[in-house]
Amino acid sequence: MSTSGPLRIGTGAGFADDRIEPAAALAEAGAVDVLVFECLAERTVAREALARRDDPEAGFNPYLRARMEAVLPAACRNGIRIVSNMGAANPAGGARATVDVARGLGLGGVSCAAVTGDDVTDLVRARPDLALEESGAPVEEVLPRMVAANAYLGADAVRLGLETGAQVVLTGRVADPSLFLAPAMHRFGWRPDDRARVAQGTAMGHLLECGAQLTGGCFADPTRPEKHVPGLADPGMPVAEIDAAGVLTLTKLPGSGGRIDRRTCTEQLLYEVHDPARYPTPDCTLDMTAIELTEVGESRVRVTGARAAPAPDTLKVLVACEDGFIGEGQVGFAGPGAVERARLAGEVVVERLRRRGLPFDDMRVDLIGLTSLHGDAAPSARGAGPYEVRLRVAARSPLRTAAAAVAYEVRAMHVNGPAGAGGGMAFPVREVLAIQSVHLPRALVCPSVELFGSTP
Amino acid sequence: MTLVHDLAHARAGDKGDTSNIVVVAYDEAAWARLDASLTEARVAAVFAPLGPRRVRRYRLPKLRALNFVLEGVLAGGVARSIAIDPHGKALSSLMLGIDLADGET
Repeated sequence: MSTSGPLRIGTGAGFADDRIEPAAALAEAGAVDVLVFECLAERTVAREALARRDDPEAGFNPYLRARMEAVLPAACRNGIRIVSNMGAANPAGGARATVDVARGLGLGGVSCAAVTGDDVTDLVRARPDLALEESGAPVEEVLPRMVAANAYLGADAVRLGLETGAQVVLTGRVADPSLFLAPAMHRFGWRPDDRARVAQGTAMGHLLECGAQLTGGCFADPTRPEKHVPGLADPGMPVAEIDAAGVLTLTKLPGSGGRIDRRTCTEQLLYEVHDPARYPTPDCTLDMTAIELTEVGESRVRVTGARAAPAPDTLKVLVACEDGFIGEGQVGFAGPGAVERARLAGEVVVERLRRRGLPFDDMRVDLIGLTSLHGDAAPSARGAGPYEVRLRVAARSPLRTAAAAVAYEVRAMHVNGPAGAGGGMAFPVREVLAIQSVHLPRALVCPSVELFGSTP
Repeated sequence: MTLVHDLAHARAGDKGDTSNIVVVAYDEAAWARLDASLTEARVAAVFAPLGPRRVRRYRLPKLRALNFVLEGVLAGGVARSIAIDPHGKALSSLMLGIDLADGET
């Protein structure tokens, strides 16, 4: 890593199952100092907590080994540090796996820091009066079904990992922007109360955390010239350049597909944002209302005007609970009367499920091609039907057997339903992990770090 | 007929049971039209069949963008929802399909 000039931070992954090739390309040719892999959706830590219950060495991102194999050789050659929440429910296990992969590649010098402290299951169990944000009910009522409770750690926790000097820093639950802010704070020595710079760094993290969604992913619309995305098969991952003063420019891997400009950046800036004047993170409360995005060159966007108020004095905690099972089946109809036959099939399936006397918390009958995505809000809910339509029935139940019955009854439409039912599909039953949130005072949550592999 | 799609692009995001949809105008004239016509009430009426508890609109004039926050439209949120699009990713397209001419005159 160079020690003067701006820091270059690239996104290696924007979600748990993100494509690996663009990260390898960035490690090889992106001239980045840090590569950040953001891999935790709201449910992901809980899923991995269940995996760890079955296997104590599991519980980190299933693609961790593949990602490390793809990027470590170039990262070592090019002096790139890796920061990721791929540690999920087992950062130490992820760190051991990383060191193992490195040794297998002949890179015995790789060190990996595991940042823990986000697992607050015991703290939550000891405070049954904590109010669930969504319902206002005390957390006590979900404790018997609780699988995991993880606090969103901030940049200070990631910084602990970086301060060890380890080449790779793995965390569990950390606020997504904090993963990107931390390397800038570490490099430039920004204080946590330096709001102007922390605001710019948080805006950077928020813009980068979904990877290709900044560089042409989730954007193309062939019916609008303004929405053309060149080379959509190969969009480059985004790269941020940020300097000691917080001057921030966004770009992407040179020569890659996709696009990065004012339009792609505006969509992503407000992605998953509610009140743009008050976007809470563990590091600050970001105010985006004065942000301006300016194109300063080919595939280069300057971001100015991020402001911040102090961070909330509590940390958000995601509480994951087992909440039954979802079953789903689909079957298709075409030609004259397709919609009417699909509706009839739906009625028959619901009637058969009702007669079984099974408990369902929720059930829905969708016509794919007509109303599956937007229900009665869709214009297609009125008007003539399409040539073909698929019936979809889905339901949630406390019982696995009830959930399984849904697909079973839909599948029976081939023989026991209206005319011309084809292409029946029975989906595997899914276990539901419901997510709610509580807030804990910061002082209760104590991040710590452990080092694996050779001493940096 | 003037669709939002003629004037703007959009992206939907989810947090729990809440969807936010950002609508970004292509130019200054489009921004003026959207700002005047794509009101909280108009969006609430279009999304009413999805059962929102609350619809709020935030203006970002520097970005020529409107951010709509729709609480309760994700069938309980991605974790529990039995909807085919539990994230509500396709809700941006419902927004783009709104005909502004219907609400003006």
